[in-house]
Amino acid sequence: MKVALFIPCYVDAVFPEVGVATLELLERFGVEVVYPLDQTCCGQPMANSGCQKDAAAAEALFVRNFAGFEFVVGPSGSCVHHIRENLTAIAQTAATLKVRRNTFELVEFLHDVLKVRDFPWAEFPHAVGLHNGCASLRSLRTAKMSEIDEPFFSKPLALLSAVKGIRFVTPERPDECCGFGGTFSVSEEPVSARMGYDKVTDHLKAGADYIVSADMSCIMHQQGCAERLGLPIKFIHIAQILNGARE
Amino acid sequence: MKRIDHAEASSKFIEATDHLEFHDRRLWDLRQKRDRETVGLAEWEELRTLASAIKEHALTHLADYLEQFERNALRNGATVHWATDAAEHNQIVFDVMHSRGARTLVKAKSMLTDECDMRPFLETRGISVMETDLGERIQQLDNEPPSHIVVPAVHKLRADVAQVFSETIGTDPNNHDVHYLAESQRQHTRPYFLAAAAGMTGANFAVAETGTVVVCTNEGNADLSVNLPPLTIHSIGIEKVIPRIEDVGVFVRMLSRSALGSPITQLTSHFRAPRDGAEMHIILVDNGRSERLGMADFWYSLKCIRCGACMNTCPVYRRSGGLSYGATYSGPIGVIIDPTFNLRKFSSLPFASTLNGSCTSVCPVRINIHEQIYKWRQIIAEKSQLPFVKKEAMRVAGAVLGSPTLYRAAVETAGAGLEHLPRFMMYNRLNAWGRQRELPAAPKSTFRQWYLKNRGQR
Repeated sequence: MKVALFIPCYVDAVFPEVGVATLELLERFGVEVVYPLDQTCCGQPMANSGCQKDAAAAEALFVRNFAGFEFVVGPSGSCVHHIRENLTAIAQTAATLKVRRNTFELVEFLHDVLKVRDFPWAEFPHAVGLHNGCASLRSLRTAKMSEIDEPFFSKPLALLSAVKGIRFVTPERPDECCGFGGTFSVSEEPVSARMGYDKVTDHLKAGADYIVSADMSCIMHQQGCAERLGLPIKFIHIAQILNGARE
Repeated sequence: MKRIDHAEASSKFIEATDHLEFHDRRLWDLRQKRDRETVGLAEWEELRTLASAIKEHALTHLADYLEQFERNALRNGATVHWATDAAEHNQIVFDVMHSRGARTLVKAKSMLTDECDMRPFLETRGISVMETDLGERIQQLDNEPPSHIVVPAVHKLRADVAQVFSETIGTDPNNHDVHYLAESQRQHTRPYFLAAAAGMTGANFAVAETGTVVVCTNEGNADLSVNLPPLTIHSIGIEKVIPRIEDVGVFVRMLSRSALGSPITQLTSHFRAPRDGAEMHIILVDNGRSERLGMADFWYSLKCIRCGACMNTCPVYRRSGGLSYGATYSGPIGVIIDPTFNLRKFSSLPFASTLNGSCTSVCPVRINIHEQIYKWRQIIAEKSQLPFVKKEAMRVAGAVLGSPTLYRAAVETAGAGLEHLPRFMMYNRLNAWGRQRELPAAPKSTFRQWYLKNRGQR
């Protein structure tokens, strides 16, 4: 199987180790991974600010880079949500629609497409609080949300449960948004930071050593909050744990 | 008109830590109670679908149902008025009262009359208005608008209420006991009920097939307002009409569960006809609703039954307080309604959201609230209502992220990713990111550089 790797701009520039873990993890399952070299961003930062015109070039570039692939996989729920639900600043050609249909968030891809459940190389002997980004939770629907009464399911938890030594802790409000929200994090800085403080404190109180997420943008924000507060809690992307990171 | 600065207002709200934490906890508690009540109903999701369908049907046949409502209300002996806007509504209330020599009005809670700014209009014309809902009364005595559509004074601590009451109705400022305060207000209000020349309520539902006005309350004040004075006025937004009496059953099962997490309100009153010797007036108010009904992306917001569930669940609302929205309607539902009243004034509100979608998932009538918030951002950008700094930042970010060459130039010098990239996403003059957060440590290389080095030869 051939997969095009989509590494969102902020992962490329700020968290390359998450991109590396995603790549290596896919390779462990025998997937041929191709990284289109001209990729930049999916257009979400501009589109989320209402600036459709400014998002058009990035969206068009994204489609050009990925139109040739049956599977596009990226380690970021909110970017994949944008591509699937909101990549509308450009003409909805056959190529655009194909890319929107074929793009998967990493956890979805592992869980639903590759259908893998075993990660024999993975061991993470720590107490972990799982943070589901809101786009993963309520748009991609990778886990049960607390607002809807439905049978419990959680794709990230199903994968992480196979990791040796891992322990899960549950914060009081597992579904509450952490307050990143893209440009919200700066245009609404007071509320954003307060939400982040509340989020990391909630996990810490539950006894988490680590907060793990499939969304690095939430983590970037939460980590910034925890460091400023001086809280003894660490952060890691789910791809890193599943790829065998020990800490 | 000045733009509302939600971020600035929320900053002040957050500084008052005790208030913030109480507000957040109190509303989260309502959300959890709502969860418990809805889990207890196997058909909850089906009810949401049904409620949404009833509202959609009513709204797409609105003129017919309004006329049917009017016919039946007239047949019941009520007088029906039509108001195009807030000014007409207020004038009608004044004329009806003035022509009968009525100078005192006791009223139940109504967001519509707040929307119309009715109280100051009447008061400057010699009519005294007494709010009889406890929360609304607290807000009236404190000269503040309600901060929440269901629990108007939820942002106040007991001590704040004791303070307001001691200054206005003469309670003991040091007695913060809830029962003492509520009972004091009750005793204070009683004589006004008995002496009032007119009473007023809003409406939760206006039933077309019966011409009845349905009001759901917990305090009994609406019933006193209607059943004591010789003149009653019901102010109703035109979107409140529903076709059949049996439809009420669907909504009554959902309203209080969504709002407060209780199975039903203490009172569900159906006002049909004037009492003997009394008058019943109904004012059907448009005030922008017809225009909203014509908006392809936004007419869905008219389905709202004003339960406040979206506010209770909203992490931004809980941490910024209703008053920070500077509008009659706050929280997620306010964010999608307010711009229809004044796009420029309320242009910051659709950005007071992380688009987390919790609001949409709790909405009993399935309004796609967070998707409408997203759409409003596009309208605001198109109509050039974005702040200049954000507009410029997005123009630059769009150009850089649209070009592999410019993008790589921005991120590929050592540490430059940190220098430049956060700036695309986090445009700012004053480093808003860093005010209360650290930036991530600079990586040695970008992912692309790692890839070329480690996989490039394959």
